[in-house]
Amino acid sequence: MAPILEVRNLTKKFGKGKETVTAVDSVSFAIEPGETVCLVGESGCGKSTTGRMVAGLLEPTSGEVLFEGKNIKELDSAGFRRYRQSVQIIHQDPYASLNPTQTVRQILTAPLLRHNKVKNRAGAEARALELLEVVDLTPARDMIDKYPHQLSGGQRQRVAVARALTVEPKFIVADEAVSMVDVSIRVSILTMLARLKEQFHVTFLFITHDLALAKYFAWTGRITVMYLGRIVEDGPTQRLITDPRHPYTQALLSAVPEADPELAHRKRQIELREAEIPSLLNLPSGCTFHPRCPYFVPGECDQRVPPLEPLDVGGRVACPVRKHEHVPLLV
Amino acid sequence: MDIIRGPLRWLGTTLKLMTYNKAGFIGFLVTLAILLMALVGPFFVPLDTKTKLDKIYQPPSTEHWFGTDHQGRDIFSQIVHGGKDVIYVAAVAAFLSTFIAVTFGTLSAFAGGAVDSVIMGFTDIILTIPQFPLLAVLAAFIKLDNLTLLGVFLGLLSWPALLRAVRSQALSLKERDFVEAARALDLGAGHIIFRELVPNMMTYIVISFTLAMTAAVYTQVGLVLLGLVPVSSSNWGVMISLAWTQGAIFFRDAMWRIMMPILAIAVFQLSVITMTRSLELAFNPRLRTMA
Repeated sequence: MAPILEVRNLTKKFGKGKETVTAVDSVSFAIEPGETVCLVGESGCGKSTTGRMVAGLLEPTSGEVLFEGKNIKELDSAGFRRYRQSVQIIHQDPYASLNPTQTVRQILTAPLLRHNKVKNRAGAEARALELLEVVDLTPARDMIDKYPHQLSGGQRQRVAVARALTVEPKFIVADEAVSMVDVSIRVSILTMLARLKEQFHVTFLFITHDLALAKYFAWTGRITVMYLGRIVEDGPTQRLITDPRHPYTQALLSAVPEADPELAHRKRQIELREAEIPSLLNLPSGCTFHPRCPYFVPGECDQRVPPLEPLDVGGRVACPVRKHEHVPLLV
Repeated sequence: MDIIRGPLRWLGTTLKLMTYNKAGFIGFLVTLAILLMALVGPFFVPLDTKTKLDKIYQPPSTEHWFGTDHQGRDIFSQIVHGGKDVIYVAAVAAFLSTFIAVTFGTLSAFAGGAVDSVIMGFTDIILTIPQFPLLAVLAAFIKLDNLTLLGVFLGLLSWPALLRAVRSQALSLKERDFVEAARALDLGAGHIIFRELVPNMMTYIVISFTLAMTAAVYTQVGLVLLGLVPVSSSNWGVMISLAWTQGAIFFRDAMWRIMMPILAIAVFQLSVITMTRSLELAFNPRLRTMA
């Protein structure tokens, strides 16, 4: 199947001259329709910047974004508007992503009316109520005339999801969509998103810093791990979780807390040589992970940027030193 | 029925919110009273034009509430008749300057690039022109006896400061996630400016409007006082100007004649400015739903 979305050598630089920060550095990946891909990494690794470029909200410095096989830069204005509506974004902070001066009704009916998804105001209201039911914001009649500040974080996030659904998108970038939501309702929102994926045939790019969440949400999909603007490893979720090859992925996995004390005791702890993440303004040479990497090979890792190479077990990894080593995470 | 009930409920909530600040609400009531007096008052209080030599410079009494002037005419009737023009000119000026500032300020912030540079360059030029001397010079060439024209001139000169403020507010607002979401939904520039950005600046805009109005009152009264604008009829500014030229400040008896129009202006300005406290409350959606 042709990928619904593909990015090639996507790069984003911020600032000028000496102050230039490369937030995203030559990132390439492809996402098949219906697939769920999680983009994982520490804060500042460029995952949100990638998401915003994918959604066409930020212009890449170089590289291409292809939607349904077409470079979005070469689309005519009608084509670009189709793409615009086909790709929606759900932001991290539900307190900032809804206009405080608009009611839920105004938030949901504006895109419906603007894009002629409904015939008139009555139709827009009916559709808005329907969408509120879809995102489990019930009773919808009581919710529709509320202002964002009258809703909880989780309810707001549901409104944001309903708003994204008004334009019937094919692709949704969920940028840390549940990170700021109360832990107790995270799972219900994730379940709701998973249901939408099936119900509306939406492909998800799920951005998160939490590998446990990525594992839960994309169990049958793929995980892409980013570190300081580059992809260090990607692959089918189940392989990446059970047999991570990049030392950074291993470190991330070993840092995920386990609820089961038995399991926690057996888990291998990976000691990093350096705890602090380097500044984007002053990136290490070669593999940017080398100052922290426990398997650092002097003269190799700090000299050459490791290429992202295919793995025999599925996916890609950017570590020529360790790519054939299976490290059992449980001892 | 819903068409009537909706706005009525909105008005009710607005009034209730305005009472939350006592000083602001009093300011609102006084402003309302002055507006009523200026607009409706002239129909009930005839303008006293008859010269009565035996009643020159009388202090306030039950017969003449604000005393009498140098020809024995009732000052109260002049105050009632003299407000309409002042308020009209101020309102025209404030509407125009707020409209220009909000429209081009948000456009400048939203469009960015060359549009932003051109608008800001032009704004900076206008901002450097000393308003009052320019108006004084203009008055020599153009007959500013038309009230609307005077208001338009005042408005055309007083928008730059507000434009800069609106632009900087819009600049910070447009980076918010909800504006990005509106862009992703392809809601269009018109929607983003007037539905996403402007409503979030409404408090600020309304307050700026009232402040622009008070500034316009002072400027026009200043122009009239200097005799640069030949506004006829009884106008608070004209009253001060006449009293001034006839040396009212040198005679204790003439005090009421010069003080009354000054007081009228001062009370109007004070009530408009205190009213802004209540307007702040009325345009806050957070408070609206709690009421």
